[in-house]
Amino acid sequence: MTDARVAGVGLTRFGSHADRAGRDLFATAAERAFEDAGVPREDVEELNYGNFMGALAEHQGHQAPLMAEAAGVRCPATRYESACASAGVAVREAVRTVAAGDADVVLAGGMERMTNLPTAEVTEGLAMAADDLFEVRSGVTFPGAYALMATAYFEAYGGERRDLAHVASKNHANALPNEYAQYRREVSVDEAMDAPPVAEPLHLYDACPITDGASALVVVSAEYAAEHDVDAPVAVAGTGQGTDRMALGDREHLARTPAADDAAEAAYAAAGVGPDDVDVAEVHDCFTIAEVLATESLGLFEVGEGVSAAREGITTADGDLPVNLSGGLKAKGHPVGATGGSQIAELTRLLRGDHPNSEHVPDAEVGVAHNAGGTVASAVVHVLEVAE
Amino acid sequence: MSDDGAGDDGDAGSDGGDADGTGPTPTPVSDAGYDEWLDALAAGEGYALVCPDGHGSLPPRRICPDCGSDALSREPLAETGRVETFSVVHVPSPRFADDAPYVTAVVDLGPVRATGVLRGVEPEGDAVEVGLSVTAGVEERATDGEPLVAFRPDDGE
Repeated sequence: MTDARVAGVGLTRFGSHADRAGRDLFATAAERAFEDAGVPREDVEELNYGNFMGALAEHQGHQAPLMAEAAGVRCPATRYESACASAGVAVREAVRTVAAGDADVVLAGGMERMTNLPTAEVTEGLAMAADDLFEVRSGVTFPGAYALMATAYFEAYGGERRDLAHVASKNHANALPNEYAQYRREVSVDEAMDAPPVAEPLHLYDACPITDGASALVVVSAEYAAEHDVDAPVAVAGTGQGTDRMALGDREHLARTPAADDAAEAAYAAAGVGPDDVDVAEVHDCFTIAEVLATESLGLFEVGEGVSAAREGITTADGDLPVNLSGGLKAKGHPVGATGGSQIAELTRLLRGDHPNSEHVPDAEVGVAHNAGGTVASAVVHVLEVAE
Repeated sequence: MSDDGAGDDGDAGSDGGDADGTGPTPTPVSDAGYDEWLDALAAGEGYALVCPDGHGSLPPRRICPDCGSDALSREPLAETGRVETFSVVHVPSPRFADDAPYVTAVVDLGPVRATGVLRGVEPEGDAVEVGLSVTAGVEERATDGEPLVAFRPDDGE
């Protein structure tokens, strides 16, 4: 198996681009990725593109050829859909394709356009990631589903709203220097506690915002990088994916995410590392409780102990194990079909040392990215390593 | 399902009434198996599909999602269930606009869990607790009158 490297990363600013077509957003991310990589467009052999609700937001299906045009590449192009893990699975397939020797250069990423829809329609659109018959018709919203998990977590392991407010406050603080982040402003723990409820026990600042944005990565083989003198110091050393029952109520445990356990186990095994080797993590904190569940599935904390990690300062920027130095979905924003790619873009920059928050992890060599779909019926984990 | 007959490769679990779009449709799209299940729950005859190993699931199913067995039989749901988790939803989807705030809950009903709206309680976080005993039925959504799975505190009657 050959070594897959991240040669270049590109993001749009995350936030409101209500007047920009999806193709324009992805074109921007791709242009930046090519510029960062120093790889010519004509070398791209495949495009793996993630998108969740484009049919609803833009009345646009069959988006992959459109995005190939926008990025200026002419090659097999495929859209991947796995709810909020759409870009994660797109990147994973790029890594697998390169690792298998089927291509030397793959463009991977995703795009989501959301703010052009009224909030109620976004709420309904995101709920499409749950089981329509047995959850959505029963009143389950996306925040509501994670609220069900939060209640179950508190019941099983303890913890309280204030613990989650510390996660929100931490991630907002991390977003401050990130030029791509949607909310670059601090939110205090008290402010988070006092915010109006969305789906109790989750309140406004427990939830990620509604975001437009795109991400793109140029993934190359180590051989290609060496041959073409491309600077690609970060390797995707392991990738893993897991699947669980679609409906939360059908899971064995309501406060755990075994799909992410499975994805992490596979990714760690492929990379030959374990949770103790991880220096920095970007995890899928669509809601504050989701960061807790993610860090436990990644083995960074024992089950039931992740909830207090932010409050105790372990996962803060100055802590032993910074989590979501980008600001996370929570403050950086969550254009759902782009998120998995953006996490790897942020992690790559953190490991390369050119991220505004790299100063917090100057010696980091191993990073892990965790991207989830629905209530983690889908999960993708990538292990990144500094290879040279 | 055991009562569908071998060789049936299409109209799983349906009585055929609505499948061709000519009958009265309880929802904009009819879903054979699910609609029948909801009707049964409304009639107080809710069931789960259970395999010989005791794994329960909800229709439409052709195999057990836990073990792959195709020997599924209908088993009645427990008469009362236990609230395993809940949330008070303040920001609804459009289909629940007039229902909010409302309580959504996951309830253990014996062979399966079901998700529904918990009524008969104040929609406040401290008015509900995990472990509450409830009954399951079908009620109307306030927003548009469509049927939904509803729970109510078990009054012991």
